[in-house]
Amino acid sequence: MAARSLHGADPLPIARSLRRVGPLVPAVVLLLLFMAAPIGWAVYDSFTNVALTGVGASSASFVGFANFTRMFADPTFVQSLVLTVVFTVGSGVVGQNILGFGLALGMRGRNRVFRAVLGSVVVAAWVVPEIVAAFIWYAYLNDQGTLNAALSALGLPHPSWLYVYPMLSAIFANIWRGTAFSMLVYSAALSDLPDDVLEAASVDGAGVVQRLWRVTLPLMKRSIMTNLMLVTLQTLSVFTLIFALTGGGPGTASQTLPLYMYQEAFKFYQLGYGAAMTLVLLAIGAIFSLIYVRVLRVEAA
Amino acid sequence: MRSTALPAFTAPRKTVATVITYLVLTVIGLLFLAPLVWLVLASLNGQATLSASVPHPFTLSNFSQVLSGNATLQPLLNGLILSGGSAIVTMIAAALAAYPLSRYQSRFKRPFLYIILFATGLPITAIMVPVYAVFVQLSLLDSMAATTLFLSVTTMPIAIWLMKNFMDGVPIGLEEAAWTDGASAMQALRRIVVPLTLPGAAVVGIFTFINAWGNFFVPFILLTSPDKMPASVTIYQFFSQYGEVAYGPLAAYSIIFTVPVIVLYILVQRTLGGAFNLAGATKG
Repeated sequence: MAARSLHGADPLPIARSLRRVGPLVPAVVLLLLFMAAPIGWAVYDSFTNVALTGVGASSASFVGFANFTRMFADPTFVQSLVLTVVFTVGSGVVGQNILGFGLALGMRGRNRVFRAVLGSVVVAAWVVPEIVAAFIWYAYLNDQGTLNAALSALGLPHPSWLYVYPMLSAIFANIWRGTAFSMLVYSAALSDLPDDVLEAASVDGAGVVQRLWRVTLPLMKRSIMTNLMLVTLQTLSVFTLIFALTGGGPGTASQTLPLYMYQEAFKFYQLGYGAAMTLVLLAIGAIFSLIYVRVLRVEAA
Repeated sequence: MRSTALPAFTAPRKTVATVITYLVLTVIGLLFLAPLVWLVLASLNGQATLSASVPHPFTLSNFSQVLSGNATLQPLLNGLILSGGSAIVTMIAAALAAYPLSRYQSRFKRPFLYIILFATGLPITAIMVPVYAVFVQLSLLDSMAATTLFLSVTTMPIAIWLMKNFMDGVPIGLEEAAWTDGASAMQALRRIVVPLTLPGAAVVGIFTFINAWGNFFVPFILLTSPDKMPASVTIYQFFSQYGEVAYGPLAAYSIIFTVPVIVLYILVQRTLGGAFNLAGATKG
């Protein structure tokens, strides 16, 4: 700390602390105004019947936990919660995570050109803006789309994917879009693995599956944890992809929590109810975020 | 004996495994490519449908068409203002905040950093309802400036976190050398710290730009005037509202909208040699 006192050559402690705190002000003000204030607002709003139309519009009043009891008695809400879990587990935890790991593992030690081409294709799907990805998949899965043209040419059944299997459609679109992230995380983690450990295991006669299960996976535990947390947080709040692809429909068949929240708050103008849902989504996100912070702290130590 | 027989026994098995791996990886690659192919083919097709087919007639008119109309150029310009503005704001605010966090010790530093790290994980989509309420309350709805500031806040936590790590990588000894050589605080900052952290600031700026450029939900909620909408919202309106969608021009427009993101991504990857810097992406 003695070296740092070079910076603190000011005669006045006020000037010194001003210089230390001053640069933080713009970022902190912006974060307070546009992130902390809305979250505080959501807490307040969720206990009122505030709305843009109807009774709550003219005079919002405190309704206690009414929004929350209404929420858990609302079958559409419960359904949206279940669909959110299905979407997050299906496309994120299972789909992106396992496919990304498989790609990273499979591409290890392959031909360089092959690796570069395959990597670029997978990453391209990730770099494309979300709304464009939704548009691409809307076309791909449409009745007149490429997939059904190919399937019918092969004499295979070709259902109306977006109407008959809306959740499956959204899950596949999101696996396509997000796998690159897991692949990049795992590629980096795999390249950090000590080669001699894997070689030693191989010399000891461990098979491919055993080596993966007993050596590779345990060594990558931290990367897997980190990746799972980040993927979960990203997938939980996906809005644009599903909104543009199926609109939550048909009916409410693919209406995950972010879409239901949007509908209640911005279509039916039930801001209080929407705010209550904001808190549920934030609480789920906060739990995963806290685990993530813990994992990172362990990593830093 | 056994050691010489072993390679002969394992070699064919290994070759088979290698071939299978290549086959599986190729199939996965083709499955990833398939949806993208349509976008490229349709953009070059004079009579594009929803199915991928060889462009007939082959034409570049889709591109010239969307590059000539004001209805398609204005959204791109709006997107540029929103994304460029938020990138600059985030870059400056994060760099300023990161400096004391990297250089000074304080008992508030650790809790502050934990809050920042925690905030990087919060889903922005989730808070759009109360953000809308706050915007209504402050009469900021449909304001380009306020939307720009909000977009910059969506990446602010990760930007501060990244900038702090970048600055930690700049040895404090260099600064001290400048001090002892008689440089003032500002001179040391300008000559040593700023140039050395510029690559980091560029990454943070590009990351914010990409995030804002592709963002659909935020402008969709916070802006109301059609003439203020960025291209992300326009693309949605084009393919969802009109009965008879012109797929060729829309595909061309989507490609024009995507190209800047790809260019910036390659730029970051080239300069820093790793996509992992962008991997903290909080998408949506």
